[in-house]
Amino acid sequence: MDANGRLLDVQGLTKRFGGFVALNNVSMHLDPRERLGLIGPNGSGKTTMINCISGALFNEEGSVVFRGEEITGLPAFKRAELGISRSFQIPRPFRTMSILENMLVPMEYAAWGRVDHATHEDRAMEILALVGFQDRARENSGNLTQVDLRKLELARALAAQPDVLVSDESMAGLSSSEVDEVLEILFKLNERGVAVIMIEHIMRAVMRYCERIYVLDAGQLIAEGTPEEIQGNPDVERAYLGE
Amino acid sequence: MKVSGFWIGIVLMLAAGFVLAGVADNQFLFFAGYVILQGLIMAVAWNVLGGFTGYVNFGSAGFFAIGAYTAIALHQFAELPLLVLIVIAGIVCGLIGLGTGYLTLRLRGVYFAIATLAMAIVFESLITNWDYVGGSAGAYVITPAEVPFFDSFIEMMFILMLVLSLICVAVSRYLSMSRMGRGLASIRDDETAAECMGVPTLRLKLISTTVMGVMMGVAGAPFPFFVTYINPLSAFDLLIAVNAIAMPMIGGTAVWFGPVIGALLLGTIQQIVTVTISSELNILIVGAVLIAFVALAPRGIVGLFQDFARKRREGGK
Amino acid sequence: MDASLFLNAIAAGILLGGFYAAVALGLSIVFGQLDIVNIAHPAFIVAGSYLVFALNGGFGLDPVIAGILLMPIFFAVGVLVYRVYYAAFERTGRESLAGLAFFFGLMFVIEVLFIIFYGVDYRLVEADYIGKQIEIGLVGIPWRMLVPFCAALVMTGAIYLFLSRTFLGRAILAVSQDRLALQLMGADPVKIKQIAFGIGIATAALAGALLIMIGPVEPTIGRLYIGRIFAIIVLGGMGSIPGTLVAALIIGLSESIVTTYIGPSWAPTVAFGFLLITLAVRPQGLFGRL
Ligand SMILES: Nc1ncnc2c1ncn2[C@@H]1O[C@H](COP(=O)(O)OP(=O)(O)O)[C@@H](O)[C@H]1O
Ligand SMILES: [Mg+2]
Repeated sequence: MDANGRLLDVQGLTKRFGGFVALNNVSMHLDPRERLGLIGPNGSGKTTMINCISGALFNEEGSVVFRGEEITGLPAFKRAELGISRSFQIPRPFRTMSILENMLVPMEYAAWGRVDHATHEDRAMEILALVGFQDRARENSGNLTQVDLRKLELARALAAQPDVLVSDESMAGLSSSEVDEVLEILFKLNERGVAVIMIEHIMRAVMRYCERIYVLDAGQLIAEGTPEEIQGNPDVERAYLGE
Repeated sequence: MKVSGFWIGIVLMLAAGFVLAGVADNQFLFFAGYVILQGLIMAVAWNVLGGFTGYVNFGSAGFFAIGAYTAIALHQFAELPLLVLIVIAGIVCGLIGLGTGYLTLRLRGVYFAIATLAMAIVFESLITNWDYVGGSAGAYVITPAEVPFFDSFIEMMFILMLVLSLICVAVSRYLSMSRMGRGLASIRDDETAAECMGVPTLRLKLISTTVMGVMMGVAGAPFPFFVTYINPLSAFDLLIAVNAIAMPMIGGTAVWFGPVIGALLLGTIQQIVTVTISSELNILIVGAVLIAFVALAPRGIVGLFQDFARKRREGGK
Repeated sequence: MDASLFLNAIAAGILLGGFYAAVALGLSIVFGQLDIVNIAHPAFIVAGSYLVFALNGGFGLDPVIAGILLMPIFFAVGVLVYRVYYAAFERTGRESLAGLAFFFGLMFVIEVLFIIFYGVDYRLVEADYIGKQIEIGLVGIPWRMLVPFCAALVMTGAIYLFLSRTFLGRAILAVSQDRLALQLMGADPVKIKQIAFGIGIATAALAGALLIMIGPVEPTIGRLYIGRIFAIIVLGGMGSIPGTLVAALIIGLSESIVTTYIGPSWAPTVAFGFLLITLAVRPQGLFGRL
C-alpha cells in the first residue's frame, strides 16, 4: 500500500499508437479489496488501460504504482509475479495444452513464489470447478467454444493467485444464469481479499458488482462515482448514446 | 516409473552401441551410424528452439559449421584432445546462440527465422575469408590410425557420437518435462499471454537459443575428424541444414521423442538411399517428405500415432 | 584515391541495385503485402534462369524476351502454390511455423530438381550484346548489367503503376492493410491474394532471366539472395515498391563498394548488416508505415 493507502495508483497515463492518442492523461486508483468497474463505449481505451497496467503495453507518459512500488517500466511477467493478473478480452489460450495445463502455467510462474508447489494441481482443479470445468480438465483447449474459452480465461487469471484481478469482458456471450455464476465467483474471490477491476458491457453485472466505477470515452476519463452516480450522469449517457 | 524406464532405455542404447562395436567388423556400419546420430543431435537441438519454443531457425547449419571450425581452429593451435574441443565448441556456439538470440529474439518469429538464415550466410563468408582454418580451400585433419580401447578410429567416433546424442536427448527431455518446458510451450502458443501469466519470456527464449547453440556446436565439433577434410561448402552443406528441420517436423515437434523418431527414421532411409541411388535424390526425398508432413500431418509421426490411438480408444467404447 | 576505380564502383553498384530491385520485387508483394514468408522465392528465380537458359540454348531466344514469355507460366504456378498454401496453412491458421517449413522444403525440392536435370555446373546465356560495354569517360558500363538494370526499372515501374492505379492493384494493397475497404470493394480476399502471389512469382521469371545475364547460374545460387532480398524488403519498408527500389540501390551500391575496396567474398555480409541494423533501429524500414 502506498502512503494514501491505495493498492494500485495510475497517474497521468498517456498511451499513443503512432499519432493516435488511445489514452489521454488518465488517472485512476484502486483501493485494497475494492470492486472497481471500468466502462465506456467500444474503442474508448479500456483494454489499452489494462494492457498498460499489466505490462502488455508500455505507456509513454504517467506512472503506475502498485503497493507503493513504481512498476511503470516493469515487464509484464514481473507484474504478474507481484500479483496483478488479467484475462484477455479476445481469449488467448495456450492452444496445444489441456485445460489443466493452461492453469498450471500461471501457477508455476506468476504464483510460483507464493503458493506451495505440491498443491498446484489441487488448487487448479478447485478453480476449474468454479467455472464448471472439473470434469473437463484433460480436454484440449484448442477445441473449446468461445464461451468456454472465456471461462478458461477467467479461470487461468485466477490461477495466478492474484491480489488484483482484471477481468476484460469475461461475461460477453454468457447466458444470464452464467453471468450470475461468474458474479458469484467474483464476489467470493473479493471476500477472500482480492481487489477486482471489472470491464464489462453488461450493465446489470457492473452495477450489481462494483462499488465504484470509472467511465472512459475516446481515451478521456469522463466520470467517476458509485453505480448510482454513474447511472444518473448525463455525460455518461451522452457518451453511450451519442449526441 | 516413467523416469526409470527412460534411464534404462539410455543404458540399453549405450550397451547396444558397445556390443555393436565389439561384434561388427563392417566399418560402413559405423560411418552410417555416425551420420545418423549427428543428424539426431541436430534435430534435437533444433527442436529445443523450433519445436518447444516455436521459433523457427534456419541457421542450424551455421552453428554446426561454427562448431566444426572452432574444433579445427583449436586443433591447428594446439593438439587438444577431442573431448576438450567438443566442450569448447559447445561453449562457443552457446555464446553465439545467446548473442544472436539477444539481437533477434525481440523480433517477431518471422524476422527471427530470416535473420538466422541470413546469419548462416554471413558465417560462411567469415569462414571463407579466414585463412587460418584454410579459407575456401579447406583444411585437412590427420586422424590417428590406432586408438586405445577401440578397434578403429571410426568405431570410437561412433561411440562418442552415441554418448553425445544420449546426453542431448536427456537434456531435451528434461527441458520439455520440467517447469521450464511448460514455460517454453506457453511461449510457443501465445507469447503475450505467457508473459502476462508470469513467464519470463525473453529469459526462457535466450536459454533456449543457448541450449540450441551448444548442441549444434557439439554436433559439429567432431565433424572435421570424421570427414578428415573440411571446407566451407561441406560444413554448410544443404542436406545438413534441411535435415535439422525436416527430422523434427517429420517426427513431431511438440514432444522430446519426436525429433528422435524423425532422425532415426529419416537418417536410416537417407543412408540406404545414398548408398543405393544418389545423394541428390536423397535431398529431393527429404524436401518432398518435409512438405508432405507439414501440410498433411503437422504433428508429425507422433501426432499420427496419437490420433490413431485416440480413434481406437473411442472406437472401442 | 583512384577516381576511375571509385566511379566504376558507383556505376556498378547502381546497376546491381536496379537488378536487386527486380529480384526483391516479387517477394516485396508476397511478404510485404500478403504476409507470406516465401523463402523459396529465390529458388523460383533460379528456376526462371534455367528455363531461360533452355529457351536461349534451344531457340536462340533473347533472354529478356524469354523471361517475359515465361511470366504467364510462372503466374499460373504461383496461383497453384498459393492454393496449396492456403488450403494447408492459411485456412487452418498455422501459417507461421508450418508455412515457413513448407517454403523451406519447396526451396530444396526446386533446387534439387535442377541439380538432377542440369547438374551442379554453372550455366550461361548468349546474346549479341553480352560481353560488350559502353565507355563513358572513366566508366565502363557492360551491356550485361545495363540491360538487366533497364528491364528491372521497367518492371518495377509497371508493378508500381499497377498497384497504385488499377482496381485490382488497390485491392491487393487493401488485402493486408484495410479489410474493411476490401469488403466495400466487394473483393474476395483469397482470390486477391492468389492473384497477388501469382504476380509475385511471375516477376521471378524475368528476374531469373536477368540473373543469368549478369553472371553464370548454378542450382543453389538462389540462397545467396535470400538475405539480400529480405534485407531489401525490410529496409524498404515491407511492401513499399519505391522503398524496395531505393533499398535495392542502397544495398547494391554498398556491396559494390565493399567488393571494390575490401573484397568480393565479403559482399554477402553487407545485406545482413543492413538487415540487422534496420530491424534493431528502424523496424518499419525507410518507407514503412508504422
Ligand atoms: N495495438 C494497437 N495498435 C493501434 N491501435 C490500437 C492498438 N490497440 C488498441 N488500439 C486503438 O486504441 C483504441 C482503444 O482500443 P481499446 O483499448 O481496445 O478499446 P476498448 O477496450 O475500450 O474497446 C481503439 O481506437 C483501437 O483501435
Ligand atoms: Mg476492449
